[in-house]
This record gives sequence, C-alpha cells and structure tokens, in this order.
Amino acid sequence: MSKQEQHWEKSKGLLMVTLAIWFVFSIGIFLFGAEMNEVTGPFGYPLTYWFTCQGSLGIFVILIFWFANRQEKIDEEFGFSERGDD
Amino acid sequence: MIKGNFIDNLPKVYGIYTGGFLAFIIIMSIGEQMGMTAKVIGICFVAFTVAIYAIIGYLSRTAQADAYYVAGRQVPTVFNGMATAADWMSGASFVAMAGGIYFKGYGYMALLVGWTGGYVLVASLLAPYLRKFGCYTVPDFIGTRYGGNLSRFMAVVVLTVASFTYVTAQINATGTIASVALDIPFQYAVYVGLISILLCSMLGGMRGVTWTQVAQYIVLIIAYLLPVFWISNKMGAGFFPHFMLADEVSRIAELEAQFGFVKNTAENLKEVPKGLAGITKAHSAVNATPWAFISLALAMMMGTASLPHVMMRYFTTPSVKAARKSVGWSLFFIFLLYSSAPMLATLSKLSLIDPSLPTGIIGKSITEVQAIDWYQNWNQANLMFVSDFNGNGTLELNEFFMGGKAVVLATPEIAGLPYVISGLVAAGGMAAAMSTADGLILAIANAISHDVYYKIIDPKAETAKRLVVARVLLVVIGFAGATIAALEIQGILGSVIWAFDFAMSGLFFPLVLGVWWKRANKEGAIAGMFLGLVSGAAYLVWVRTGGSGFLGITQLTFGIFGSAVSLVSMVVVSLMTSAPNAATQRMVDEVRVPSGRSIIGKQ
Repeated sequence: MSKQEQHWEKSKGLLMVTLAIWFVFSIGIFLFGAEMNEVTGPFGYPLTYWFTCQGSLGIFVILIFWFANRQEKIDEEFGFSERGDD
Repeated sequence: MIKGNFIDNLPKVYGIYTGGFLAFIIIMSIGEQMGMTAKVIGICFVAFTVAIYAIIGYLSRTAQADAYYVAGRQVPTVFNGMATAADWMSGASFVAMAGGIYFKGYGYMALLVGWTGGYVLVASLLAPYLRKFGCYTVPDFIGTRYGGNLSRFMAVVVLTVASFTYVTAQINATGTIASVALDIPFQYAVYVGLISILLCSMLGGMRGVTWTQVAQYIVLIIAYLLPVFWISNKMGAGFFPHFMLADEVSRIAELEAQFGFVKNTAENLKEVPKGLAGITKAHSAVNATPWAFISLALAMMMGTASLPHVMMRYFTTPSVKAARKSVGWSLFFIFLLYSSAPMLATLSKLSLIDPSLPTGIIGKSITEVQAIDWYQNWNQANLMFVSDFNGNGTLELNEFFMGGKAVVLATPEIAGLPYVISGLVAAGGMAAAMSTADGLILAIANAISHDVYYKIIDPKAETAKRLVVARVLLVVIGFAGATIAALEIQGILGSVIWAFDFAMSGLFFPLVLGVWWKRANKEGAIAGMFLGLVSGAAYLVWVRTGGSGFLGITQLTFGIFGSAVSLVSMVVVSLMTSAPNAATQRMVDEVRVPSGRSIIGKQ
C-alpha cells in the first residue's frame, strides 16, 4: 500500500470515529429523550433538555477541535502537512 | 496608530472597534438619562452601526479577482470563525429562535441541535477538501470535479434556489427592523435595508463581506448576551444564567401543571391577530416523538453542510489546516448565541407567567393587563394580544398571545431595562440579518458571474469585466430579493428552513461523494442534483397542497426525501455509466492530501 493509501485509510478511520460520536449526540440520545429527561442532568436541568440547549452543542465544538488536531497528526505522520504555522 | 499589514493588526483593529462600540452604548445611555427619546436612540443605534459597516465595505474595495471572490485567501482562523458565525446566524436565529423555543419548547430545540451538529459534517466531510481544491465557488468544485458545463450549471441552479429562498427572508428581516427603528413604512424600509446590505459587499466582494461580518458579529453577540445577563440578574435568577436557571425551568414546569394547557376553540382563535401564538407546549418536558425531533435535526444538519454561503467562507482561509480549525471556531462563536437563546426563552416566559413576580400577568385581571404601558406598545405593534375567552375577567395562560419576535424584542422592556438596550437589540438584529443577506447575495452573484458567465459563456473575459458583471449581478439579485420581500409572502422562519431542505436535496450527496467516492461520475452527479431537487420540491408542493406525506416527513423536512432520491439516483446512474477518467481519479487523490498546490491553481 502506498503512503497515500495508508494516509487515506487512517483519515477514513478518523472520519468514522468522528461521525460515530456525532451520531450519538445528535441522533442517538434523542431516541431515548423521554426516558432520559426523568434524570437530573448537569446544573440541575432535566437531562434531555440540557443536552438540547448546551450539552450536545458543546460536545460538537469540542469534537471539531479534537478532529482537527487528530487529522493534523495524521497528515504530519505521512509528511503531508502544509508549511506555515496558522 | 496602526502600522504595518492590516492582517497582522486585526486583533488591535477589532479591539478598538469593540471598545468604540461599548463607548457608544455608554454615551447613548447617558443620553437617555438626559432625556433623549426612545425613537432618537433607536435611529442612532441603527444609523451608527450601518455607517461603520459601510466604511469597512468602502475600505475593503478591490479590483482583484482573488480578493473579490475569496478575500485573498488570507483570513485567519479565529476571524473567519467570527465572520462565519455572523454569516450563519440570520435574522431568524437572532430574532425568531428564542421565540420558537418559548412557544414550542423541546420539539423546537431540534433546530439548535441541527444547526450546530451540521458543522461536524462540514469539518469532517467537506470544508478542508474543498479548500484544497482551491475553487472560488461551490459550483466551481462540482464543475471541475465532475467535468462538463451541465453539472456546473445544475449546481448553480440548486445554489440559486436554496440561497434565494433564504435571502428574501433576510431582506424581510432587515426591512422589519429598519421600519421599526427608523419609523418608516415597511415597503421603503426594505430598500433601506437592501442599500445597507449592498454597501458592505459591492466594492469589496468577499473581502468587504468578511471584514464587515466580523464587525457585525461583535455587535450582534453583545446585543444578544448583554440583555440575557442583565435580565437574569435583575430577576434574581442568577448572575450566570446558563448555569443557574434550573430552578426557573422547574418553576415553569410547575406553573404549566397548575394552569394546564387549555385548548382554545377555533371560534376564539379567529379573534387572535395573524402571526401571534399562545403557549401550547411544555417548556422543558419531552413533547415530540423521537422521529419528529430527529428528522428535523437531521435535515438541518445535512442542509448546513450543503449551503454554499457557509461553505465558501472556508475558501478564504490560508490553508487546509486553517479551514478545519476555522470550522471549530465558527461553531464556538455560534454556540455563544445558541446556548443563550433557551435561557432568554426561559427568563422571558417565567417573567410573564409567574404570578408571584411583579412582571407576571397571568392571573391578573384583563383590564389591569390592558392598562400596562408595555402591553399597549406591543399590542399596537401587533405583537401582543389578550382576550377574555371564558369571561371570568382574569387572564389565563391560554388567553395570552404573542408574536415570536416579541421574546427577543420585548423582554428587555418587560423586565424594565432602559430603552438603550432595546436600541442595542435592534442594531444586533439588523447586523444578524444584514450579514447573512450579504453572504447569500454574494454566493448567488459569484456563482452566476464566475460559473455561468466566466466559465461557460465567456472564458476569455478579463478580470475587470468579470468583476463588473459580478457587481451588476449583486445589485440585480439584491433588488429581486427585496422586491419579493416587500410582498411579504412567507414568514421569516419557514422560508429559512425550506432553504436548508432545498440545499440538502440537491447538493449534499454530489458534494460529499465528490470527495469520498472516486467512482462518482458526471452523469451520476447531474442525476443526483436534478432528481434530488425536483423530487424534494415536488414533495413540498404535494404536502402543501394537502398531501398526507409519508414516514413522518413534513414540509419542514422534505429534504430528507429529496436527498434520499439524490443519493440513490447518483449511485445507480454512476454505476450504470463509465468510471471517471484517470485524470479525474488523480485529482480526487490529490484533494485528499492537504499539502501541495491547490487543484484549480495548477491548471
């Protein structure tokens, strides 16, 4: 397998993990919205309510930064990263 | 004061700008103490901020194609994040979202999840790859990746349908705010709004829009957060509302149980002015079926990843790496507002319905409520209404009606904040609507000028001529949008959601598969765009004209059907026709690697 193919395999792996986390917090948990709302979540809000107005949103922000860092590492590993420091 | 390169000085420039804006707010509040009228304050806020944007737009003028189309590809990640956030958060997010949550509670909050979750798809599936491609517009990517004028043209069609649906709503919103703040009739205010919008984008194209959008973000976020924090403190609900409103949320649930949701008869509802609604859904309880919630969130997420005015913001970053990070910053800046909207809805609702609060009106006598100053003001503006349906003389929960916009616009006044805050909110709403309208008009005009005029009609056109065409189109599209907006056909929020559905029907899979599936070819992409858009639109028409729909797909989520058709037809047609040639396959390989020169720059 060429270097480029390996790089793409790893990138695809990262994509799958990212999309799996995304799926859980954008779709998965809301399948159980009614049940989860019985539980008290962070700061005392009902749990499902909290996820819709803060939890999922915050997790998405963190997820994107985490994804960007991981992808940069993969690019560096194969020598595909760009020069420049921005 | 400022030496050297503009880009290096950005933090300083916008730091001074923010300080200046805060100073302006303080001056206005001193003015209010000294007897400036509410009307003068409103005019000052809108005129001052719009003048600043116009100056930025003028300073960003350019005669270079690279600066006009992609801001010279040198916008730093954090600033691009702010610009995207302003581009993204429309008049609907600013003015209507808290209202939607106020009336519909949990079911509506699917939009919060959808409009943020979509950015994960943008960051992981599309933005970095399209940035590597080096295109000017989204159809530029489709046209180069799949080849052929027809695929390029189809992409322009989908882009125009989706963005135009969206832009009329934004011009409508700028018109509404301008007409209230400047006290002129709506039909004229729409054109005042349009001229403000064009001042930002005409001379500098994407460069002008970028730097005004950053300025607009700063205004809109201050205008949204300041009242939320102030109201929360004033009500004694907690100094940091996001972490401290659990008691208020459970108090609302308690009151809802106490009052009950009484259903009004159709007879009674006829009395209520159009566009106003009462509270009919629980605030924090789960009141939608999982599929209703999830389908709406899913449609908004896929729509986010297909809307060209957002995607093209990531063409302006200096590198692929920066494009990825920039998506994170965009969502962070969006998060600041979106996580505050439910808090504002909570504070607004509690202050109105809790009889133990001085501002609470439920349980008071109807005549008493009708005598309140702010009730009279907003009743006159057609945004509030009470009626004694059961004839007992007291106001019940089901007898109080409000317009969605009133939650953001009226809550500061109800809570007894000085008028300067209402002026600030008007400036924020104007900034939100203007920035989105600019992004959308520019996306349409750029696609037509670059992809249709330059790439298809006259590939030999000189830069100067191309930019003249781009600017003429900008004005024409702006006026077309304003003319339709002046007719006031649809509400602000409905047409925004349709835009997402149109975009995902036609563009989501052709874009994603263009990067992630090498076998996807021209014939497949054309079929995907065409059949996706047509079937989505047909479904919408069918449901609107009394069709029952299927699988719980409504007129708000018709994109799910459209994009499914798009996916199936694209895969089937691609596999039935021959694989893309070796050069295209190599191109896809190169797109997947961040380093090296961009694809289009190489040709």
